[in-house]
Amino acid sequence: MSLTSTDQPLLDARRITKTFGSLVACDAIDLVIQPGEIHALLGENGAGKSTFVKMLFGSLQPVSGEIFWKGRPVSISSPAVARSLGIGMVFQHFSLFDSLTAAENIALSLDKSIPLSDIASRARDIGEAYGLPLDPDALVGDLSVGERQRIEIIRCLLQEPDLIILDEPTSVLTPQEADRLFVTLERLRAEGKSILYISHRLEEVKRLCDRATVLRHGKVVAHCDPRKETAASLARMMVGTDIRIVHRNPPKGGDGEARPLLEIAGLSQPPRGPFSTALRDMQLVLHAGEIVGIAGVAGNGQGEFFEAVSGEVLQIAPDIVRIGGIAAGRAGISRRRELGAAFVPEERLGHGAVPELPLTDNLFLSRYATDSGTFLRGGALKVLAQNALQSAVKRIAKTMDVRKSGENPDASALSGGNLQKFIIGRELDRKPAVLVVNQPTWGVDAGASAHIRQALIDLARSGSAVLIISQDLDELLEICDRIAVMNHGTLSEALPIGEVTLEKIGLMMGGADAGHEIAGGM
Amino acid sequence: MEMTQAILLTVATAATPLLIAAIGELVVERSGVLNLGVEGMMIMGAVTAFAVAQLTGSAWLGMFAAILAGAAFSALFGFLTLTLVTNQVASGLALTILGLGASAMIGESFVGLPGVRLEPIHIPYLTELPLVGRFLFGQDPIFYLSILLVAGVAWFLFRTRAGLTLRAIGDNHGSAHALGVHVIRTRYLAVLFGGACAGLAGAQLSLVYVPQWVENMTAGRGWIALALVVFASWRPWRVLIGAYLFGAVTIGQLHTQALGFGLPSQFLSSLPYLATILVLVLISRNRRLTMMNTPTSLGKPFVPDR
Repeated sequence: MSLTSTDQPLLDARRITKTFGSLVACDAIDLVIQPGEIHALLGENGAGKSTFVKMLFGSLQPVSGEIFWKGRPVSISSPAVARSLGIGMVFQHFSLFDSLTAAENIALSLDKSIPLSDIASRARDIGEAYGLPLDPDALVGDLSVGERQRIEIIRCLLQEPDLIILDEPTSVLTPQEADRLFVTLERLRAEGKSILYISHRLEEVKRLCDRATVLRHGKVVAHCDPRKETAASLARMMVGTDIRIVHRNPPKGGDGEARPLLEIAGLSQPPRGPFSTALRDMQLVLHAGEIVGIAGVAGNGQGEFFEAVSGEVLQIAPDIVRIGGIAAGRAGISRRRELGAAFVPEERLGHGAVPELPLTDNLFLSRYATDSGTFLRGGALKVLAQNALQSAVKRIAKTMDVRKSGENPDASALSGGNLQKFIIGRELDRKPAVLVVNQPTWGVDAGASAHIRQALIDLARSGSAVLIISQDLDELLEICDRIAVMNHGTLSEALPIGEVTLEKIGLMMGGADAGHEIAGGM
Repeated sequence: MEMTQAILLTVATAATPLLIAAIGELVVERSGVLNLGVEGMMIMGAVTAFAVAQLTGSAWLGMFAAILAGAAFSALFGFLTLTLVTNQVASGLALTILGLGASAMIGESFVGLPGVRLEPIHIPYLTELPLVGRFLFGQDPIFYLSILLVAGVAWFLFRTRAGLTLRAIGDNHGSAHALGVHVIRTRYLAVLFGGACAGLAGAQLSLVYVPQWVENMTAGRGWIALALVVFASWRPWRVLIGAYLFGAVTIGQLHTQALGFGLPSQFLSSLPYLATILVLVLISRNRRLTMMNTPTSLGKPFVPDR
């Protein structure tokens, strides 16, 4: 780190520290970005990546540390300051406005001197130049996640930044969309722009990035050249230890013999809100002992499908959903649970668990119908059996390796990965015949993910049927026996894992049928 | 024929205070703030307008004082909900109760005194035109102001960058903050505008509608204005339709009661509410459009993470 080098770095952040209460999110982080490089910022969830880049973009303020921009010390006190310096950012959770049009969304982040009427045409021009087609008059709420990301990127490019920060850009894209994004990024690098690329996908980083900085628990653990590392060595830097490998033994017996445990026949449903997806004639059968995955880009009906299967939304006829052979289409959540099904929704806080209630209460809330004998006493008085709840929480924490502070903390006090382990453990503890999980390892670190995936496989092999809805293709390919694809509210046939390739699934996610040509867009 | 024009004039007079208060609240809600204190701000405007006009003899001064009073009263709400991040619903209700009480106290010495009327304008020839002359060219200044306000707000919200920013804050204040928009400052301005409008609406009541001070003279109009905003799905021109419809049915049912058709008066009194809700529900039956116009962060407190 010589101060008098001839090729001055574009950005030089020194000993950046940020604390939230007693938590040190970023601990003396150093990062140097040269002009014209793609620099990877690697780390597990919770390693401090997002906090760090928010400080570079001015949405958060560091408690200590210095930032030099083109050799000059700067204080980035707000996103507006960051933009005027030439730093642009594409957020992980898009900061778009659903009820405004694409052009209006772009206008909001641009210089006030550009007249509103010019923005649509400028956005279209820049989109064409970088291979990012866009309809400026479309309402953002109607667009797919990939299209929204395009708006974010165009919005960023229109500001002509020298440094573009991309926060987990491919986590929401199909493999083909990701490829297209890489082409755009390489074009930007060729133009001399720098990119800070945040990811935990190691193959991507190896393929795209010139240098990498690895964070763990808020500290820099390595600066390296990702092309000279292996995926395993990068993973070791991120996690600190070797990651446990998930063991998938093949399912017992042939498909023909296994009993169907969850049957979905002709599930159709109109959209329920302005930006929700209609479900169209979905068919799926899950047999005992197997794991079936549903792939697809977010917003293609996964949430609606989960609500329909779990009984949050009832079907028009009872025999559309059968659990253990019994028609349950008109049955509510509790009744479906009593039939042997269990459900883990996508959103942990607020849907899967009540943040401000302790774990025992959260356990009781999902199991009062099925385990009233265990968790309620006093006959008609129905008093909570706190001891039974406590010991159940202890049991779940032990089998799922839930790390918690204290005996019975509030759900919100657990980290994302630990809460997810608890929520899945809570359902597994019942040994459900059917388990439906939406995004089992979303935002969960690698160690916890491996634990959850293994637990799901073990449940299936013990004779249950497991249905996993996920946007993480690697995860589905790792643990599923069959994979179906959801696209615009339709569900493809579930293909055996042996017939599935990443490319084939990617095409189906983009709207093409397996084995057919790509059908045109919408 | 003169009768028609007379009815039109009374309808406009009944509709104007609702329209002004509602258009102000529309801007507030579009920015994501729910101010239930419209009634309180309106009555403060009414008593201030009356008192200042009485003391100075100038209705114009009364009107400006009412605008200031409404804005000042809303600044209190803004300080509570935006700076101290108190609950918006509770603070708005408190504002209404405070306004009703404070106005009764201020107005006590003015009860029964003759008011100062804000005179209608008169343009030679135009005002004397048959049929529409007085409706178009012979009303009080606040009527013209109310129409200008609707057009101005519609233009501001959908044609200017500042309006776009305001709508964006109402849609998603977190994202707006991330973009570097001043969420709190914009909301303060919106709340102050809403307060000024409510104050002006109150002034119309005590300077034009019935130029005198009666305790609790707003009689629930602030609440109707609030409902109009929702039923008009946060669109300015629909607020105009709603306000005039409400005014028209109110006047209509009064005439019907006078004629006496044997219909229960309670039923007739409820007609304006029923008719307004029915029509606005019908015009906003496109659920998608309505939900798109609904400010998503309405009523949610905003605390920037720093």
